[in-house]
Amino acid sequence: MNGVSSTAPSTSVVQQSRPGLSASPAEPPRPHGGIASNAVRHLYVHLPFCAHRCGYCDFVTVVGRRGQHAAYVDGLLAELALERHLLAPKLETVFLGGGTPTFTEPGELERLLAALPGAAEVTVEANPETVTPALAALLRRNGVNRVSLGAQTFQPQLLRVLDRVAGPDDVRSAFYHLRDAGFDNISLDLIYGIPGQRPSDLAADIEEALALRPEHLSCYELEAKPGTRFTHAHGDELRRQAEAMEGYFECVVETLVAAGYRWYETANFCRAAEADAGGRDLRSRHNLAYWRGRDYLGLGIGAVSTVRGQRWRTTPRLAPYLVALREGRRPLRELEPLADSVQREERVMLGLRLDEPLPVAGVAASLDEEAIARLERLGLAQRVPLGEQHAGSALTLTPRGRLLGDAVTADLLA
Amino acid sequence: MDLERIRNFSIIAHIDHGKSTLADRILELTKTVSGREMRAQVLDTMELERERGITIKAQAVRVNWKGNELNLIDTPGHVDFTYEVSRSLQACEGAVLVVDAAQGVEAQTVANAYLAIENNLEIVPVVNKIDLPQADPDGAAAELAELVGGKPQDVLRISAKTGAGVAEVLDAIVERIPPPSGHPAAPPRALVFDSSYDQYRGVVAFVRMVDGAFAAGEPLRAMAQGTRFEAEEVGFFSPTMKAAETLDAGEVGYVITGLKDVSRLRVGDTLTSERNPAAEPLPGYKDVKPMVFAGLFPTDSDDYPDLRDALERLKLNDAALFYEPETSHALGFGFRCGFLGLLHMEIVRERLEREFDLDLLVTAPNVAYRVLERNGEWLEVHNPAEMPRELDAVEEPYVRASIIVPKDYVGPVMELNNDRRGRFDHMEYLSPERVLLAYELPLAEIVLDYYDQLKSRTRGYASFDYDVAGFREGALARVDILIGEEPVDALSMIVHRDAAYSRGKALVERLRKEIPRQYFDVAVQAAIGSRVIARETVKAKRKDVLAKCYGGDISRKRKLLEKQKAGKRRMKQVGAVEVPQEAFLAVLNLNDGTKK
Repeated sequence: MNGVSSTAPSTSVVQQSRPGLSASPAEPPRPHGGIASNAVRHLYVHLPFCAHRCGYCDFVTVVGRRGQHAAYVDGLLAELALERHLLAPKLETVFLGGGTPTFTEPGELERLLAALPGAAEVTVEANPETVTPALAALLRRNGVNRVSLGAQTFQPQLLRVLDRVAGPDDVRSAFYHLRDAGFDNISLDLIYGIPGQRPSDLAADIEEALALRPEHLSCYELEAKPGTRFTHAHGDELRRQAEAMEGYFECVVETLVAAGYRWYETANFCRAAEADAGGRDLRSRHNLAYWRGRDYLGLGIGAVSTVRGQRWRTTPRLAPYLVALREGRRPLRELEPLADSVQREERVMLGLRLDEPLPVAGVAASLDEEAIARLERLGLAQRVPLGEQHAGSALTLTPRGRLLGDAVTADLLA
Repeated sequence: MDLERIRNFSIIAHIDHGKSTLADRILELTKTVSGREMRAQVLDTMELERERGITIKAQAVRVNWKGNELNLIDTPGHVDFTYEVSRSLQACEGAVLVVDAAQGVEAQTVANAYLAIENNLEIVPVVNKIDLPQADPDGAAAELAELVGGKPQDVLRISAKTGAGVAEVLDAIVERIPPPSGHPAAPPRALVFDSSYDQYRGVVAFVRMVDGAFAAGEPLRAMAQGTRFEAEEVGFFSPTMKAAETLDAGEVGYVITGLKDVSRLRVGDTLTSERNPAAEPLPGYKDVKPMVFAGLFPTDSDDYPDLRDALERLKLNDAALFYEPETSHALGFGFRCGFLGLLHMEIVRERLEREFDLDLLVTAPNVAYRVLERNGEWLEVHNPAEMPRELDAVEEPYVRASIIVPKDYVGPVMELNNDRRGRFDHMEYLSPERVLLAYELPLAEIVLDYYDQLKSRTRGYASFDYDVAGFREGALARVDILIGEEPVDALSMIVHRDAAYSRGKALVERLRKEIPRQYFDVAVQAAIGSRVIARETVKAKRKDVLAKCYGGDISRKRKLLEKQKAGKRRMKQVGAVEVPQEAFLAVLNLNDGTKK
């Protein structure tokens, strides 16, 4: 799900572009003489199929349609062929998100994985109920080395509120199947702020998750997006518990940090290298690329790409996507050119979500010096030296500043 | 025109008792306007006047009746404009006093009748709306005769709506009201009883020629203010402007001055000829002083120049409007405006919003205060934020209020007046059913929400009028509102010591709800000097960040951020605290006694 947004950027232009048509703004200049150093090293692949749609979900998903899985994989591979020139020969990361990637017909999933370029980190998102020993083995033998498991909660009644199919035991057994298949980098997704969730439910969720000793945890506050059937059903309850949610976030951070996890991004935690990770850096390399402002290519319906100052989003509609690629054309996409100032803003916005300092050089024009000084006085932001080899300074948020990250970022942007 | 054949008169009446309808019938009956031209209420020109059923600007119309020249001088019908009414009345020799046959004498009728009597006017009492089923013409006539000291049988009974009895009113005007006295041969003197501003022709003065005559082209001088100009045109209204060669002694008409600023020609001043100047001006000129003040701030600070231009334009037609720039930490740049009273304030505010399309933030109105300074001198203060924090002695304006109510409501009205620090003066039975209560009340209490309270406690049956009686010492305190230790100038108020706690508490509680949570706890306090009388805390927020942000979320997230940023830009900074304009608006509305 990491590269897909269901909300269309309002400033974008819809246009149909064909490969080889160099006048197209979406067509980056072809590098002369071999591979350019700015070739894309991060690939996102969207697999939209799900057994059913969860009430809170607003991602681009397609329910059922087993008959179309093969056609969709054909489409992805055709799209990959059209965009391959953008990619570096050796990728750093590949991420399969959804939807439910592991709901895809195993044969088709295997065909896709085999055809995708290899990478140092290959992640697949999985729903617990789809993870069998056979699936785990399939992933393993096709080069997948990281799995992100959508646990959400271990409380049966809260899983029902979320429309999740899996029960708490499914989560645990999925986890063990993956371990048994040899996966040594597993991430669990947890959601807090579920209507009806009590503080003791949250504490229990964290405890159960920690008991599995995952390498990585993503903890999201439930975001009830307007227009979803979930918001319709639970909006009032969510408003009532809004203030308690502030405490939930603090609780998540404090508990996980105390358990030896590194709070490396607003919603993401990994086992700290020095503690028990065997010296490995267990941060999600793929997602770090987003937060560090690297270019990425997204394949599939609704997938977003950002390459050399251009962002585009491929049509979220399955049928036109398949037709276009069958005919050898690029599917429709919405274009969003990113002005320099916008790129700087995004660098600040994303970079400050991390626990690593953001170098000020390159984004200084978008920062409000007075605001930084004020936020420093309030103990929310900090200016730190970059280190001996580097000139200039960097900016980082204090733990409290990170909890208030959106407001703080809005403040310190000029 | 021979002086003997001129009659100058006004129609005075309580709102809705039929003044405008009677004026319309008179215009019809005297064939000043044809039936086809007749539009209901010809004299009220401004949209607002028509809607509110009141007349803001006086005009004068000349009609002919049986060989006589009758000048009908329209008067503003509200207490805030007492001075303007008195100048209009000074231009007349008589007044038609109209009372609704169903309603009887109202507080405003009394005030206007007294004003007419003070001006030595001959009063023609008229009971109107005799055709209404619930009319009590005999009762109303008795009250009216009692009021003006005449006999009930001299009171005319008419229906301005049907026209019944209107010819008799015109006859009575000719028979009972004396012709103007004046000296046609003396150096000219004309009373300015109103003026208006025309964007092409400048200030148009409405005048009553007392002595001598003016001709077009004549150099003139306003004696009190010393303003000099040339009469570009003279003439009269019938009902539209008709130029004349001269305006003669006893007549009523207009002078086009070409002046570009209405404040250079004030109501009550005397015009004379530069070539043949009068030695003495006419008596009665006074510089009217605003009594009610409020800060007007544009909701969008970019509109400040527009607000300034709009006030300048309004001032052209409204010499009583006072304004000066005011800077508030909380509300930015605006104007402190002075008004004759609450209605005047409401009219100005509505015209600014309606005619000039401005969004305004209006601070709670306050009255003028007189403060005794350490050096023994009295200082007049128009803005609570300028009041010294520790007061030695302070005086506030009091009004003489008359309230007329059905006798069953005497109790509730007395209770209200006691709550409002009123001093009972006397009580009169106007009829077995209706009682006049005379009180002295602090103007500040009326400015708060007196009208609303009076209306609700008497089910709308009370009628109310007041005039300013002067300044009296009061046990007053300045209450400051502090947000995060920082006083918010726009929210300071002067209140009676007994009410300070409850007013301060209400305001602070409301503010706590309106101020968004910040990075830190924010104390919201009400204080008298350094003594805190009420306190609330806006708790610091602990979380403000979207959990999820991956490749497909970045654009949406960035737009949310830009929105958040824009929201912060609209905030007003009070010390380190960001307060949305809406918070001030909500609190000021709470305080706004004029809100209906």
